Amino acid sequence: MTTLDAQPAARPTGVIHDIGYQRYSGPRLGRRHIVGALFLHGLRAAFGLGRTAKAKIFPWLVVGVVGVVAVVLTAVRAQTGEVVLRYAEFPEVLTILIIFFCAIVAPELASRDLHSGVMPLYFARPLHRADYALARLASLVCATFLLLAGPITVMFVGAAFTVGEVGLVWDEFGSYLGALAYVVVHAVVFGAVALLISSLIRRRAIAAGAIVGAFMLTTPVVVVLTLMPNATANQLAGLASPVSLVSGLGDWVFESTGEAGIGGYGPLYAIVAVALVTGCVLLLLARYRKVASK
Amino acid sequence: MTLIATQSLTKTYGNQVTALSDLTVTVEPGIVGLVGANGAGKSTFIKIMLGLLGPSGGQARVLGLDPTVDGHEVRTRVGYMPEHDCLPPDLSAAEFVTHMGRMSGLPRTTARERASETLRHVGLYEERYRQIGGYSTGMKQRVKLAQALVHDPDLLLLDEPTNGLDPAGRDAMLALIERIGTEFGISVLVCSHLLGEVERICDALVAIEGGRLLRSAQLSDMTTVTEVLSIEVSEGTEELAARLTEAGLSVRAEGQLLLVPLVDDTTYDLILTAVAELDLPLHRLDQRRHRVAELFATEPTEPTEPAEPAEPADLADAGTTTGGLQ
Repeated sequence: MTTLDAQPAARPTGVIHDIGYQRYSGPRLGRRHIVGALFLHGLRAAFGLGRTAKAKIFPWLVVGVVGVVAVVLTAVRAQTGEVVLRYAEFPEVLTILIIFFCAIVAPELASRDLHSGVMPLYFARPLHRADYALARLASLVCATFLLLAGPITVMFVGAAFTVGEVGLVWDEFGSYLGALAYVVVHAVVFGAVALLISSLIRRRAIAAGAIVGAFMLTTPVVVVLTLMPNATANQLAGLASPVSLVSGLGDWVFESTGEAGIGGYGPLYAIVAVALVTGCVLLLLARYRKVASK
Repeated sequence: MTLIATQSLTKTYGNQVTALSDLTVTVEPGIVGLVGANGAGKSTFIKIMLGLLGPSGGQARVLGLDPTVDGHEVRTRVGYMPEHDCLPPDLSAAEFVTHMGRMSGLPRTTARERASETLRHVGLYEERYRQIGGYSTGMKQRVKLAQALVHDPDLLLLDEPTNGLDPAGRDAMLALIERIGTEFGISVLVCSHLLGEVERICDALVAIEGGRLLRSAQLSDMTTVTEVLSIEVSEGTEELAARLTEAGLSVRAEGQLLLVPLVDDTTYDLILTAVAELDLPLHRLDQRRHRVAELFATEPTEPTEPAEPAEPADLADAGTTTGGLQ
């Protein structure tokens, strides 16, 4: 730049100097940091942070509803002492809201990038294609976890002040931690399925519909199977849908007796859940391998 | 240091489609034009340079690194501007370029600073806080260039940067690329199917056709010997041509233009005198480089280089200049 060698000091003050292009010699962070930045960016995007007001409406609507439910439950318990809903039942009752949340956020994370054609820009950078897919999945899972863990924490804090005795607070804490683990299962299963679907569809609205469809349309299958006059079919019915698969897992872990609808098939539910998540992740990686090669 | 070097680089898709075939080329730092028709293999070449595609055969080196092995390292030091639309409409340019800077490994605050710096350098000021969806094509192209530049690469790969721009926009984009190459000190590889466009700003040209090397040449060498003056008069073109030929100049007509090789300053005098004496309305008299198209098209009379075995046989018209042929 010509102004570089012209002495800026000799010029009149108050002039903005064009000092020309500056080469960058500072630090360049490694792949781990880049993936971390992408994860954080995705997590913010999930809640519409750093986006337009329009992008905030739907995620915060869901957050609001879930939050109100938690506050009401906490208030009821504080007033009457009655436990309407245990922590672990909370995500099950709100399943439909989790589905909506995933249907809103997953297309925002995956379909949006595919639609705008921004993927080649990511792949032309130090980021590996698997890094991208896994960072996106982590953002979605973490956002879903926060959606549920926040309200459950509110419920726990409320309950801790209500029960009064230290021993009872510890009991509460135990079931609170158990519920958080259950929330993680929800977030991972729902997130993996939802992100896989939206990575296949470039239009956000269609992807959102497909996600809701994938979770909802499998429910009638479960219902039909539970109505079959065969105990084994009834107990295995839950495997037919991700929703009932996760709630079946919950039954196995949290319902101590055999009254639960899945009989002795708890471990099978666990295996199927792990297989489902693994399959989704592998397909997701394969999908982005294809995207990167285009 | 050699910018890009390939050795018998070959890329085939499946069994049938050959995108690159036995391409051997060496490119020195500077502004390099990669010219070829659509489907000539330009985009495939770029993808191999980025380490996104593995070659089917042969070797490639970018900035002294092998992209198939050190793709990660290469992509840290290279900026890529794709041909097609690649911008999210609902983000502002500042946010988007910042994010892309972070994705290249810049720390958070640095990314933000460099994003606004880079956007300023490509000519976006206050608009950078507006959503990209509302930008004109020219502004979008600038954002695409800015995201390739934000992490201060050593090499820019630009795939058809003037695509979709009007003539004024093209000139502005080309001027910008020229500035990046000269003032910023960043080497640039410009892909284009328009030879006339890139020849104006490039130091070297690589022409490929059907995945094969057509010609690779350093332009700086040829401009000194092949500078021409183009003359345009609104009438009496033939008369002027005759008069100039009389005056001992070798005149060539190209459409409405007359082309005269620039020998020294007296050439100007001869032309101006001739125009004045014939009393012709002179529209234009400017100096320009020899059209590279002619260099690529015409068979040179004397090859100054020994033929290389790596060179495709049908293209063995070794250059009038020191080529980049390996």
